[in-house]
Amino acid sequence: MEVFIQQVINGITIGSLYGLIAIGYTMVFGIIGMVNFAHGDVFMVSAFFALIFFLALTAWLGIASITITLLIVMVISMVLTGLLSWAIERIAYSPLRGSFRLAPLISAIGMSIVLSNFVQVAQGPRNKPIPPMVRETFTLWENNGYAVTISLKQVIIMAVTAVLLVAFWYMVQKTALGRAQRACEQDRKMAGLLGINVDRTISLTFVIGAALAAVAGTLYLMYYGVVHFADGFTPGVKAFTAAVLGGIGSLPGAVLGGLLIGLIETLWGQYVSADYQNVAAFSILVIVLIFMPQGLLGRPEVEKV
Amino acid sequence: MTSNTTKKAGPDLGKAFKDAILAGIIAFALLGPLIGLKTDQNMDNQLVLVNNMPVALIFVALVMVGRFLLAAFIYPAIAAKGAKSKAAVSLAELEAKAKRTKRLSLGGLVFLFVYPMLILALFGVQGSIKWVDNFGVQILIYVMLGWGLNIVIGLAGLLDLGYVAFYAVGAYSYALLAINFHLSFWVLLPLAGILASFWGMILGFPVLRLRGDYLAIVTLAFGEIIRLVLINWKDFSGGSAGISSIPKVSLFGLYSFDMGATNNFAKAFHLAASSAYYKVFLYYLILLLALLTAFVTTRLRKLPIGRAWEALREDEVACRSLGINTTNTKLTAFAIGAMFGGFAGSFFAARQGFVSPESFVFMESAVIVAIVVLGGMGSMIGVALAAVAMIGGTELLRELSFLKAVFGDDFNPDQFRMLLFGLAMVVIMVWKPRGFISARQPTAFLFEKKTISGDLVKEGHG
Amino acid sequence: MSTISKPWDKDPVLTVEHLTMRFGGLVAVNDLSFSAGRGDITALIGPNGAGKTTVFNCITGFYKPTTGMMTMRHKDGATHLLERMPDFVVSKKAKVARTFQNIRLFSGMTLLENLLVAQHNPLMIASGMTFLGVLGIGGYKAKERQAIEKAKYWLDKIKLTDRADDPAGDLPYGAQRRLEIARAMCTGPALLCLDEPAAGLNPRESAELNELLLGIRRDEDTSILLIEHDMSVVMEISDHVVVLEYGTKISDGTPAETKNDPRVIAAYLGVDDEEVDKVEHELDEVQAHHTQGSGQ
Repeated sequence: MEVFIQQVINGITIGSLYGLIAIGYTMVFGIIGMVNFAHGDVFMVSAFFALIFFLALTAWLGIASITITLLIVMVISMVLTGLLSWAIERIAYSPLRGSFRLAPLISAIGMSIVLSNFVQVAQGPRNKPIPPMVRETFTLWENNGYAVTISLKQVIIMAVTAVLLVAFWYMVQKTALGRAQRACEQDRKMAGLLGINVDRTISLTFVIGAALAAVAGTLYLMYYGVVHFADGFTPGVKAFTAAVLGGIGSLPGAVLGGLLIGLIETLWGQYVSADYQNVAAFSILVIVLIFMPQGLLGRPEVEKV
Repeated sequence: MTSNTTKKAGPDLGKAFKDAILAGIIAFALLGPLIGLKTDQNMDNQLVLVNNMPVALIFVALVMVGRFLLAAFIYPAIAAKGAKSKAAVSLAELEAKAKRTKRLSLGGLVFLFVYPMLILALFGVQGSIKWVDNFGVQILIYVMLGWGLNIVIGLAGLLDLGYVAFYAVGAYSYALLAINFHLSFWVLLPLAGILASFWGMILGFPVLRLRGDYLAIVTLAFGEIIRLVLINWKDFSGGSAGISSIPKVSLFGLYSFDMGATNNFAKAFHLAASSAYYKVFLYYLILLLALLTAFVTTRLRKLPIGRAWEALREDEVACRSLGINTTNTKLTAFAIGAMFGGFAGSFFAARQGFVSPESFVFMESAVIVAIVVLGGMGSMIGVALAAVAMIGGTELLRELSFLKAVFGDDFNPDQFRMLLFGLAMVVIMVWKPRGFISARQPTAFLFEKKTISGDLVKEGHG
Repeated sequence: MSTISKPWDKDPVLTVEHLTMRFGGLVAVNDLSFSAGRGDITALIGPNGAGKTTVFNCITGFYKPTTGMMTMRHKDGATHLLERMPDFVVSKKAKVARTFQNIRLFSGMTLLENLLVAQHNPLMIASGMTFLGVLGIGGYKAKERQAIEKAKYWLDKIKLTDRADDPAGDLPYGAQRRLEIARAMCTGPALLCLDEPAAGLNPRESAELNELLLGIRRDEDTSILLIEHDMSVVMEISDHVVVLEYGTKISDGTPAETKNDPRVIAAYLGVDDEEVDKVEHELDEVQAHHTQGSGQ
């Protein structure tokens, strides 16, 4: 029982990260119907931004307070990653809007290759470990010598995710931008005719998705204390799985999917086989897509004849 | 961000300048940290930042210059040319293009057959190895894979991002069966193809009713599952260490290319011992395998199944209304595509003498898909051209060691290979979203064969 | 209401019984029964949203009906229950072909290729399920030539022979409609279902279409079921009209009968109930007058 609860805590932590990344996938898919393949690598680059500015703040500027550092690093990473995603959208996707359907996907795969290899070349191929930022761990209870613990890192991750989701939910539901976004999802042409700046709405969607991925990237760096240029692919695919599991296009679905994938992954690793942890995640993706393509919270698609 | 210079006489330099400044600011914000602040481990194994800002600034300057040239000269030129050519893509032009393509493919075929002789004559026996193996064999493997996947993506319109799984099935089939049962390549080649197409059907059956990007993602997941199983099921596949000392291919059992064998090819013909003969033999083997793929595909296109594939790509609902069993039709495309992947895989295993899951990562699938789409979906010659450009081009980078003289000894052009590959994918897609050759040749005609403009050809739903 | 059995009930090619189709809470088709006579042109009409296309999608297997039975009877006496078949089998075995409201041609393929794809199933057999065809044995070539002949026959019928080698996407709208009909005919159907074949046609094209459909009724062993908005087409060529409103059948008879059916008039013109009563009353009087007249 204690082991189970411990794994649930770990699972929710990882799941929160997946959920944050998954929102980027689900929003972009919702608005332009494209799997933004480079999103996982955007997440990886955001972790590198966080790494670089963490080192700059602590080593060069000598800021000692970890809270302030973390906050500044996260904001910088969000801004820069948003900018990066904006640039990618302008360069690689927006010229292809309305053309051949496979072209944006191939372009996105190309961008994903570019990002990971660029980071490899610019920052080197090795793992980038940093000393732990946050060390505190709380023991929730102890039983038979097994202590269920939750680390401050995990608390931070869960709290930041929850706060951001609420803010984000508010934005999508209540603001003009959110309305424009939902309008573009429904019918891009009509939204344009009604005076919505469709290009800007799409760009902003990419920026927001990237900013959330940057939060995940910063938290990922804090949680694991290490980042590597190839770290975008697997979390990217898992986050996409989360988006699909929750029902692609649905924002609460993306978060729910993220948490489920996180839980399934950690529990599978604990109780079944650690070796086949990733196989489990991919199998879920396959099974969900085959048997429940609309996902948990998505709307079913009716074939138009 | 398109410039309106078409109205004015000269390029709008002021606007281009503004664009360039903006691009510079963005580039500095992004490249400044990523290039300018390099993370490195110091003596105490601690991560520290190394100031690399001058290099970053060089790249920022390059971005600015590039952006300026694009906005001031290249975009206006493209816009002017586009306005002219859009109106004038006539049937005659399409026909002329198609004829040129045909001549090109014939010439290319002749060249492919004499290529090893040419290289042997130019570089001698030892010097030829690199050119025959790294360029010839390597490119032809991708040509064959591209042609195989072309059946699935280009003809049937099903986006398969896990093609490398079938390549892996072929490679491991040959490796395991050759080592454990001592069967010859010539027996195992068809067997590997059959096994791969069998897997194609097993994987294809549940996923083929999915539409669009979902199919792509599920095939990707299947590809990854197979790779992860190969890594983790150590008793079966040797895990990440892979399988080594896989037997070489023999010349139909008559001559062996093993150095120690009594019927060694070089010994039998009293030639100096060299691995070059084996490489030349492998070259012709993969050339014939690739041509077999091309021949069968051309044949299939003119059969009902091939027409059904293309019809499926155009409109699946209409196909079903005409009594076509779309599931079976898709499965056949999947299975036949997988079979050629399996052939290529067993060739790959025999050529390398070593297989490991490392060779079958998602990136390989992405490269093959890129070759098919960049070449122009459905066009055999386009796919071949794309394979030559992308694989040959990146292989050439390995040859640029003279750049070390310019950038210093640390400079390793090889690490830029995939970076440039990715960039090329993006640039080609933006430049030609339908690939190099998008026109379609009809499979039957009543009076005369007319080339069909790529604008009318659909790309399929999956 | 006449109690004499209608001519289309004697030898129906298709009978639909108690067909109901629900989408969630929406009842698109409600307990619909009708039959289409062999060799007839049967028209299914009704205002927008009456559920006509849904009926088509049920018949051709694209939708599984909630309840109901749809039976195809072939000339040789074979019967097929359409609601039990997947869509492609409806075309392959039950010999029901269809066209679509928004044309679905293979636009990147030539006209000839479009018509060859329609002959997929017999050609597959001729090519030895592809195996013999790849090896170039088994007389596939001759079979393909026959198929091309058949395609040419239909191209002649739709007056598009000279464009046989052009891509279908290049055709003008009216020609695309005709090609879609020809493509459906190349499957050799016993029943041809046309979803608004005259939509968007100009008067000349519309007349050509009528000619084509009448030609099919005259020369082929194919019955026609069509959805149409254009009343002139319906009245001119159909033998039997079924009228739907909100998924329910409101009238079923010859064109003349339905034309005068007050409920049909009401459905189309949207008059209020009071007026319907009035019209009905008037019609009753007229009818009474007629029967009196014929009695004398």
